[in-house]
Amino acid sequence: MRRTPVVDGWFSQACPEGADPDFRLLGTRCTACAAVFFPPEESFCRNPACAGGGLVRVPLSKRGRVWSYTDSRYRPPAPYLSDPAAEWEPYTLVAVELAAERMVVLGQAAPGVGVEALEVGMEVEVVPGVLHEDKDTVWTTWHWRPLYGGVPAPEAGS
Amino acid sequence: MSGDIAVLGVGMHPWGKWGRSFVRYGVAAARDALADSGLEWRQVRSIIGADTVRCGYPGYVAGATFAQALGWQGARVASVYAACASGAQAIAAARAQILAGLADVVLVVGADAAPKGFFAPAGGERPDDPDWLRFRVLGATNPAYFGLYARRRMACYGDSPDDYARVKVKNAAAGALNPNARYRRAVSAEEVAASAVVADPLRLLDICATSDGGAALVLSGMDFARRHGAADPVRIRAVSTVTPVYPKTVLDLPDVATDSDVATDSGVATASAADRPAVDRPAVAAKTPPAVDSFRASIARAAYEEAGIGPEDLSLAEVYDLSTALELQWYEDIGLCEEGEGASLVREGATALGGRVPVNPSGGLASFGEAVPAQAIAQVCELTWQLRGAAGRRQVAGARVGITANQGLFGHGSAVVALR
Repeated sequence: MRRTPVVDGWFSQACPEGADPDFRLLGTRCTACAAVFFPPEESFCRNPACAGGGLVRVPLSKRGRVWSYTDSRYRPPAPYLSDPAAEWEPYTLVAVELAAERMVVLGQAAPGVGVEALEVGMEVEVVPGVLHEDKDTVWTTWHWRPLYGGVPAPEAGS
Repeated sequence: MSGDIAVLGVGMHPWGKWGRSFVRYGVAAARDALADSGLEWRQVRSIIGADTVRCGYPGYVAGATFAQALGWQGARVASVYAACASGAQAIAAARAQILAGLADVVLVVGADAAPKGFFAPAGGERPDDPDWLRFRVLGATNPAYFGLYARRRMACYGDSPDDYARVKVKNAAAGALNPNARYRRAVSAEEVAASAVVADPLRLLDICATSDGGAALVLSGMDFARRHGAADPVRIRAVSTVTPVYPKTVLDLPDVATDSDVATDSGVATASAADRPAVDRPAVAAKTPPAVDSFRASIARAAYEEAGIGPEDLSLAEVYDLSTALELQWYEDIGLCEEGEGASLVREGATALGGRVPVNPSGGLASFGEAVPAQAIAQVCELTWQLRGAAGRRQVAGARVGITANQGLFGHGSAVVALR
């Protein structure tokens, strides 16, 4: 099976096992004003107060805090990749605030993380994930995963 | 005031799922608006159409299509696109022509025949299109963004799903009195709670549908209105069509991420939020204060400044309730209350018909469903009927000043202030 990022250049390539310890989202930073852009802005700095500098690749913070979350109880339309013959399984969407970059980045939650496991303000980290598998391709993406397993986190009490 | 223009006529084709061409709805609305104004189509010197919206982008050309359907008569023509704010931008263009002396009378028309289901992006491979990417990479539908806002409000302000249901109950009660609304029956809180979850915490009855419909306005200069015998017409005093200010730090359709706030000195912007008590606001306790001075707030502020009025002057408002939770957000953004206090207004009944400042007396998107290019025009139709005292059983007593507010995909804000 070929592993292909669902979109080019937005995150580091995970190793095949998906256990890359330094998996990151990739943005760009303006060398003149330090503004960070995600998805990576390749052409120009969008800060109107900036005369414009070069744009260099930067990994975004690995961890952030939940800004908000929701889920998708119905199958989204194309171009979302899903098998129309398979039963629809809702996924969770998480908006995460990154402190260093002072920005909010959306992503799907790791498999098995439902809305009941999340709370605004909770710490999460970015991990490699799989969006969809078809005949010959594994489409890779990023997921947000609660750092301590999420609420109610029964294991955390021991 | 020299910046005023007159609303001489308003017209709407009822909202629904009629399965016909948008041209029929637009022409029906235009003919009603012309009849209401007492003018003939051939007296109109300019027509401005709000384009239909397909897959988030401009669809069918509106201005010339309506001009041809009404019968070519040589009028100046324009078509505009601003997603959900298209109708207000058509009004803004008409107003600019009138105030610049380029046209005495302008016909503004918006109509659409909406496809069924979720709004979907354009087909094919479009990795350079942010609207395509959010569906491809995240499956982030419009209701998903509404769900994020709703959950955020619950965490920051203590809103509850019951508060959101109250908005639907209120708007359905008003819509039941509006012959142009698609849904014209009362809805109970129990019905909202029993409807299916679409995007947690929002349910089907928290989220607006997509509809067919058409709306039109006949606008003119104040001198023309007087000559025409309209001594005291409803006047439009301000039209705001602002864009966001960088860095835009509230997640917005169709963004995958907000702007980063590191390049600018944001100490001023965050200070006022930090000064407020964090009681019952876990998100604040978790050091994620809500944004202040948002794009949505700037939309109404620009209109108030242009009109020389403030929220305390309002008799009513029509706001874009794409979801029930978003209506509460608008209460704060148009200044009816402080940030975070929107839910208390709907609990008290302040924004219901008969309340201190009714919001969406038309029934809102909850009762209409969205016919994108017509919707912002329909908001102004409602203000006009209310300010004329011609809104029938949903009349706001003594209505003098109203505002509409609306936000379109890709950074299009709009608000209109009308008064009499």
